[in-house]
Amino acid sequence: MSAYRDEDPRIHDIKTRIRVVPNFPKPGIMFQDITTLLLNPKAFKDTIDLFVERYKGKNISVVAGIEARGFIFGPPIALAIGAKFVPLRKPRKLPGKVISEKYILEYGKDCLEMHVGAVKSGERALVVDDLIATGGTLCAAMNLLERAGAEVVECACVIELPDLKGPGAIEWQAIVCARGVPLIMADDAILL
Amino acid sequence: MFAAENGLKGDPRLQGISEAIRVVPHFPKPGIMFQDITTLLLDHKAFKDTVDIFVDRYRDMDISVVAGVEARGFMFGPAIALAIGAKFVPLRKPRKLPGKVISEAYELEYGTDCLEMHVGAVKPGERAIVIDDLVATGGTLSAAIRLLERSEAEVVECACVIGLREVKGQLRIAVNYRSLSMKMLRHRLT
Repeated sequence: MSAYRDEDPRIHDIKTRIRVVPNFPKPGIMFQDITTLLLNPKAFKDTIDLFVERYKGKNISVVAGIEARGFIFGPPIALAIGAKFVPLRKPRKLPGKVISEKYILEYGKDCLEMHVGAVKSGERALVVDDLIATGGTLCAAMNLLERAGAEVVECACVIELPDLKGPGAIEWQAIVCARGVPLIMADDAILL
Repeated sequence: MFAAENGLKGDPRLQGISEAIRVVPHFPKPGIMFQDITTLLLDHKAFKDTVDIFVDRYRDMDISVVAGVEARGFMFGPAIALAIGAKFVPLRKPRKLPGKVISEAYELEYGTDCLEMHVGAVKPGERAIVIDDLVATGGTLSAAIRLLERSEAEVVECACVIGLREVKGQLRIAVNYRSLSMKMLRHRLT
């Protein structure tokens, strides 16, 4: 249900390569930046390998990635486990017929879309994103897949923010558990 | 410039790749024949072949940076980077990357857009490739090249799955690009 146990020796290095950027995209948010992880080929490969080891051989035929950072981690996982990759996108980006799922943000609403016919009934699917916070986006992703008749086996995220989960039943697995605090005081230290 | 001209002619994988790409008429607006690579991503073998062809070409060229253009460049770039042992650098629309960035504006058919890269992602002297799903006029790729060159990297090549032969305006790109699938663009449906 939550982050991998720290015993795997690869996890420490992955954790240290995630950069925290304060006050992005707005004051008080400690942004978990995975782009620094992508700059280290070994740590990036280890991240993918951890997921592949978990999901290979489980008869998963769909890896769905959430725009845009889910597009960075999802395809390498899909390729390694023999699954198709399905991008879940913001409105009006996917050409042709789509199904849409709305979800609630802190302020306002957003929407995720998936191609009609990308997923067949009965397929086993993963959802991939860089980070899980409240789980709102992942829930919308799961709904899209379930509406197409797929079974969502798990949501795979690099980073978990442990304190923000909203209601809703999601099975997720994260590599790193980050203590991202939504509101910070000026002198707080950042702990990963 | 295109696969046939780069010695890939007759590679049995190319046909499967080309056939897996779907054309969607009148998207995003009337008259545009949109080249949709999402159907390629649904075909595991064709997707893997696409990545393998690029990896075969770049693995021995001492490339340490694979830069991918948001968002469809993100679908191909990381797998290539992982296979050749390079870092992956996302090139993004404005205000998506946190922290310090450099920006490069480029022209669209109507108006301008902007691409950003993190300061410090790329070091002087690094050899880089740029990945996107498709090259049309080369405007976006030119902006990507400029970002990398401003960081003093050397852009060895641009790699695109699809190259459009007939495009409005001139091809502005000054660097060799390789694309796997040559597609004809028709601006008007008759």
